[in-house]
Amino acid sequence: MARYLAGRFAQALLVLWAAYTVVFVILHVLPSDPITLQLSAGGADISQLTPAALHDLKARYGLNDPVGVQYVHALWHALHGDFGMSLTQNVSVGSLIADKLPSTLELTAVSLPLMLVGGFGLAHLAVFVRWRPARTLLARLPAVGVSLPQFFVGLLLIQLFSFSLSWFPATGSSGWRSLVLPAVTMSLIGASMLAQLLTRSFDDTWREAYIVTAQAKGLSRGTVQRRHVLRNACLPALTLLGILLGYTVTNSVVVEAVFSRNGIGQLTQQAVLGQDVPVVQAIVLIAAAGFVLANLLVDLLYSLLDPRVAHAAGTG
Amino acid sequence: MPDNLVSADVAADPDLVLDVLAAPPAGAAPGRGAPASAAAVTTVTTPVAPASASTISGGGGPRRRLAAGTPLGRLVRRPGFVLAAVFVAFVIVSGLVPSLFTSYGPSATSPADKLRGPSTTHLFGTDELGRDLFSRVLHGSTLTIKATGGAVLIAIVAGLAIGVISGFCGGWVDGLLMRVVDVLLAIPILLMALTIVTALGFGLVPMAVAVATGIAPGFARTTRAEVLRVRSQAYVEAARTGGASWGRVLLRHVLPNSWGPVGVLAVLDFGTAVLLISSLSFLGFGTPPPAAEWGTLIAGGRNYLITSPWLALLPGLFVGLVVFSLNHVARSLEEVQR
Repeated sequence: MARYLAGRFAQALLVLWAAYTVVFVILHVLPSDPITLQLSAGGADISQLTPAALHDLKARYGLNDPVGVQYVHALWHALHGDFGMSLTQNVSVGSLIADKLPSTLELTAVSLPLMLVGGFGLAHLAVFVRWRPARTLLARLPAVGVSLPQFFVGLLLIQLFSFSLSWFPATGSSGWRSLVLPAVTMSLIGASMLAQLLTRSFDDTWREAYIVTAQAKGLSRGTVQRRHVLRNACLPALTLLGILLGYTVTNSVVVEAVFSRNGIGQLTQQAVLGQDVPVVQAIVLIAAAGFVLANLLVDLLYSLLDPRVAHAAGTG
Repeated sequence: MPDNLVSADVAADPDLVLDVLAAPPAGAAPGRGAPASAAAVTTVTTPVAPASASTISGGGGPRRRLAAGTPLGRLVRRPGFVLAAVFVAFVIVSGLVPSLFTSYGPSATSPADKLRGPSTTHLFGTDELGRDLFSRVLHGSTLTIKATGGAVLIAIVAGLAIGVISGFCGGWVDGLLMRVVDVLLAIPILLMALTIVTALGFGLVPMAVAVATGIAPGFARTTRAEVLRVRSQAYVEAARTGGASWGRVLLRHVLPNSWGPVGVLAVLDFGTAVLLISSLSFLGFGTPPPAAEWGTLIAGGRNYLITSPWLALLPGLFVGLVVFSLNHVARSLEEVQR
């Protein structure tokens, strides 16, 4: 078991390193010059600078070194938690992210339970309702949820619940009320995907032989669903949950733009608009870290929940 | 009779192929007229290649394929599928030739009619400059279709190439390529796209490249799995034994038979690409004004949400419908293949 854990951990680190490298290559090898980008984003004209001034400016950000040297430098510093200076805002990338991350994590913490309740609730209903039209409708509903663009859902909710009913504020990040709409928007796609997977999973499990046995014993539908179906159908959902959790940063980009929340997502949008290379690099690394970490957790949970996995890991 | 024909066509059942190889039974592949004296390889290919062509393109087959049991016949009998396919076709045609469906120019302003609600004269209402929103959405389709089509095309070519090479070569090539794909999959698609947009700049082409890079890894994965599955089939072995080169086996046997799940994924990826591209242009990384993709329109309409909600919500609903239709088409194709 310890060997399995160590192996999984090393693998996760390797993926992180590789992701960092891929992003570095994309950002530095593609034909773009960060200084020119930064100046044009700031509205300045590159031709007004003397070559010497340009050289100095590049030297300050270490852009005159060969790409290989820059890469080793960046990686070394990143390993020590130093992601360099933002090109558009005169602060370190680390402090920028530390500043914005809590608000996004807060949003995730609220949207995750919503996602679980929505996904499990819908799938349960879809399996449990016996009236055929309602059953079909419930089974089809998640497909709609997956297709609706996040910005559309967000704007629709704002229009309904902020402007028409004035229950919740449309924008800002103060108080629990301002969390409701963004969290619902953020959880919708996840809940739909979860419901889709679970509905299929429930359906498959209901056809298993041990369900017939359980029913033959005289257990009610509810008990069978709770004790036998749910527990067996849950495992695939756990994998999906890991992936969804890993997508936190990505999900927050559009949601925070719609609701003008001051978090990592908004920082991402600003960084891309300002073509702030160090910030983008750091954000992708954090997003990838979140993804890898969530999947690692799921793998560990798997070996706890499913004895077969633990056994295979222990012996193999 | 039709059922028998379908199972033979779709699954390209290896047993059946071997039967054909030995002595064509009366019912199998009627009318193809593979003479007993034909070379083994051609006899093997006949039941295989045309089958997948009809599964995917859905047309061109002889009339008897429309019988209730065939894939196309089953598709046409699904009202949901027909509706979704017609809507997608409408969006494509109206995007390519917007003047067919609207008489207003996308940037023709008319200050007297500004911020009018949806009506029979202006289906989607008008914006803050009095421009007809429906016309702007249709002209936005042109841009979005270009970007989406470009993105999916790049992703298909790159993904197919990586998947086929990986699945076919095996060994260390496979190992290396799949590790790269693993890493790319660990970076969420939208973030990957944002990274590329940062490096390449804004506009239609960077967005297409960005989305393609995001989609391609998943595509490569599926292709590889399919190639691996098909490669181990008996008919590939038979073709090799018959003296066909690997290149021929790849083109005539592996690719046509891998096409099912890969084609479904391609349609599904169209939906993903539409969502991604409209998200990117919503965030402000699309073509500069006055041209407007769907996302840009919605972002612009946002400022008038209180007074004129249709400006943001109708284009948003339109995007949602397009994605839903694409997903539904993909799902129907998948279910019919099973």
